[in-house]
Amino acid sequence: MRHLKLIPDDTKIPFSRWRYVAVGLSLVVMVAAVVLLVTRGLNFGIDFKGGILIEIATDGPADIGSIRSDLGGLGLGEVQIQEFGQADDVLIRVASPEGDDADRASQAVVEKIKGALGDDVEYRRVEVVGPQVSGELVEDGILAVLVSVALMLLYIWFRFEWQFSLGAVVALVHDVLATIALFCLLQIEFNLQSIAALLTIVGYSMNDTVIVFDRVRENLRKYKKMDLAELIDLSVNQTLSRTVMTSGTTLLALLALFVFGGEVIRGFTFAMIFGIFIGTYSSIFIAGPVLLAVGVSRDATTGGLGGVSKEKATGEA
Amino acid sequence: MLHFDRWKIVLIYILCVAGLVYTAPNFVPKSKLQDVPSWLPHQQINLGLDLRGGSYMLLGLETDALVRERLQDLVNEVRGALREVSVPYTGLGIKDGGVVVTITNVADAEKAKEAIDALSTIVAGNQFTTLPERDLLVTADGQQISVVLSEAAKRARVQSAVQQSIEIVRRRIDELGTTEPVIQQQGIDRILVQVPGLDDPGQLKALLGKTAKMNFRLVSNAMSGQQALASRTVPAGTELLYTADQPKTPVLVERRIMVGGDRLVDAQPGFDQRTGQPVVNFRFDTAGGRQFGEATRDNVGRPFAIVLDNEVISAPVIREPIMGGQGQISGNFTVQEANNLSILLRSGALPVAITVLEERTVGPGLGADSIRAGEIAAIIGSLAVVAFMIASYGFFGILANVALILNIAMVFAVLSVLQATLTLPGIAGIVLTIGMAVDANVLIYERIREEVAAGKGPIPAIESGYNRALSSILDANITTLISAAILFQMGSGPVRGFAVTLGIGIVTSVFTAFTVNRYMVSVWLRRRRPKALVL
Repeated sequence: MRHLKLIPDDTKIPFSRWRYVAVGLSLVVMVAAVVLLVTRGLNFGIDFKGGILIEIATDGPADIGSIRSDLGGLGLGEVQIQEFGQADDVLIRVASPEGDDADRASQAVVEKIKGALGDDVEYRRVEVVGPQVSGELVEDGILAVLVSVALMLLYIWFRFEWQFSLGAVVALVHDVLATIALFCLLQIEFNLQSIAALLTIVGYSMNDTVIVFDRVRENLRKYKKMDLAELIDLSVNQTLSRTVMTSGTTLLALLALFVFGGEVIRGFTFAMIFGIFIGTYSSIFIAGPVLLAVGVSRDATTGGLGGVSKEKATGEA
Repeated sequence: MLHFDRWKIVLIYILCVAGLVYTAPNFVPKSKLQDVPSWLPHQQINLGLDLRGGSYMLLGLETDALVRERLQDLVNEVRGALREVSVPYTGLGIKDGGVVVTITNVADAEKAKEAIDALSTIVAGNQFTTLPERDLLVTADGQQISVVLSEAAKRARVQSAVQQSIEIVRRRIDELGTTEPVIQQQGIDRILVQVPGLDDPGQLKALLGKTAKMNFRLVSNAMSGQQALASRTVPAGTELLYTADQPKTPVLVERRIMVGGDRLVDAQPGFDQRTGQPVVNFRFDTAGGRQFGEATRDNVGRPFAIVLDNEVISAPVIREPIMGGQGQISGNFTVQEANNLSILLRSGALPVAITVLEERTVGPGLGADSIRAGEIAAIIGSLAVVAFMIASYGFFGILANVALILNIAMVFAVLSVLQATLTLPGIAGIVLTIGMAVDANVLIYERIREEVAAGKGPIPAIESGYNRALSSILDANITTLISAAILFQMGSGPVRGFAVTLGIGIVTSVFTAFTVNRYMVSVWLRRRRPKALVL
């Protein structure tokens, strides 16, 4: 029986030849990410902005218009009403009331809404996050992402050398920024689950980069004279089949979650699916070129720090 | 790599069987669980509130009020201390979070400071030093003496208030008749409450929103509430309160408390025998009953106020001395209000007001839908991965799938044994683990393919495949484990559930995908002794 092979054996794709294009493209994405973040901003969910979220299920398709008019007269400020996944499922979002006692006021808003909608609807979910807690969640979320990137940096430094560490972390920052750009661009709600998605993407991207770097290190020992660009290409090609296979199985699992896992975690799985692509891309097109740019110190006898560059004669294995 | 010591083989079997056995209870319906023999494991996975439905609340104590209250007491204490040593002073009051007083004669300052110093007591130190600290810090600057609470004193007050509040909150929640509520301290001044199965927390919030400080006081006969409101001053020893029900009318009550709410031993909702109105019947303890009896005996004909959280619930006129320590509160209650009030009175007063800082309630419908969606996603995800692995690696793919299924079983087993909470993101973590767990096998198999392509025979190829893939497998899994650990540390509730399953899945997958899989391959090699590898 012939087995499925997504990647033929012995590929010799010259990835590093495209590195300027790839890095250029990524730089554009990075700049776009920052611009988007500043101009458009993230669509913060109530976890980070504070506020009230109520999910209701109605008997039969919901009449958004009538819900809007029911709630319109309550003087709640900005109220967002949207269908959530199904026609009989409605999500209501209300901004945190202003003032000193926002926590108590928020509770009053929930009671008002429940009073206006009555008992005929099913209250599937009620979430109230006060300004104090949402502020802390923002701090914790940012801290978590920074700490995880820092720990990855240390781990790779410990397991490899600083050049590898740098390459891996540049790739990580790239992935995090690109994912945030996606959130800004599509205005997907950014909430606690999104932070979980970001951290998982950090872990996955790292995982992918480490596999390539592991092979680079092995090949560095094996082919002492090979040009670094060529050696990195060789390593990426050797691990390409694995990269594609693992991305494939992970994507299959995530797609199942995306399609069947329900509306509540759809934003989360969507971000993760994007993360698999960007993490795979960055370990080939970002981590490698960074490593190539800073060079690696090979054995003390064969070259000094950063002494290996593309100008050097292309040594044969 | 392909040789296994006998004890290792035994250990592999034990772990795999344990994984399956401890997963099994999850497939037995809850109602049938008691029929399972007692020597078999019974623990089922603990479902999070987002899956089983229920209410999560983060309560914050208004700690500023605690300090303010203490400072107010302190003003009185300082006044007393200065009177004791006959030192004249002016401007005694609260300023900038402390108590300040100006001593009229500088010569007295030393004496005054000593007297105030004597007020301080010793409280336990902070968590870093076990040295006891003084609760008051007194500084003298010329004529001015200021007293502030030490950090240790504030901390001790907050801590004891939190402990007390947890107890009161527990009593109030228990009155709702819910099962397995979780009530615990969170951070310094917060209380985490999780009540499974409570899909309308309205009553709970109504109960938690009241401090329930109750007392009985005489209504002042110096002037009426309306007069006091008009004159904008109140006679000494009285204060102006408002009634609880609409329209809010002012009532001038004496500051002196006839009987405090802490003297209540029981409160039950009932109905007034004449009017049929809902009322609350209460009973004092012996001392409270006597106080109440004496106070009512001395003030027949005067109205007294029943004050709850600085609101007058009702102000009936004392018709006759109320002896025997029993009474009735009737204030235009609904049945529900009478019921809530009696719960509040029975459970006692909170030391300080609390607010709901965060609330997340999931109805049973959404929870059930989420479980179903998670199950379907997990099954379809697994099937897809299983099929993909067989298509890619044939027989070796099947071995990887056996390891994968064992891995899922072990994740469930560990969750059941640790009684960790499974949430919807937790299910996502498991599905993600399914996708990523085969990574180790992919790494190994791809490596074996390479070795075969390089001309190695089956056994050396397999041997070095496992050998060389190991460092990559460990690195790759440790990096993911780091993310999971951070997520666990910072996350709360559902998101933490994701970190838990992801973390457990990573650890078990290294065992199943590397060790168990390697053992299976070694058994197969020994039995078949293949001449060439088809991979």
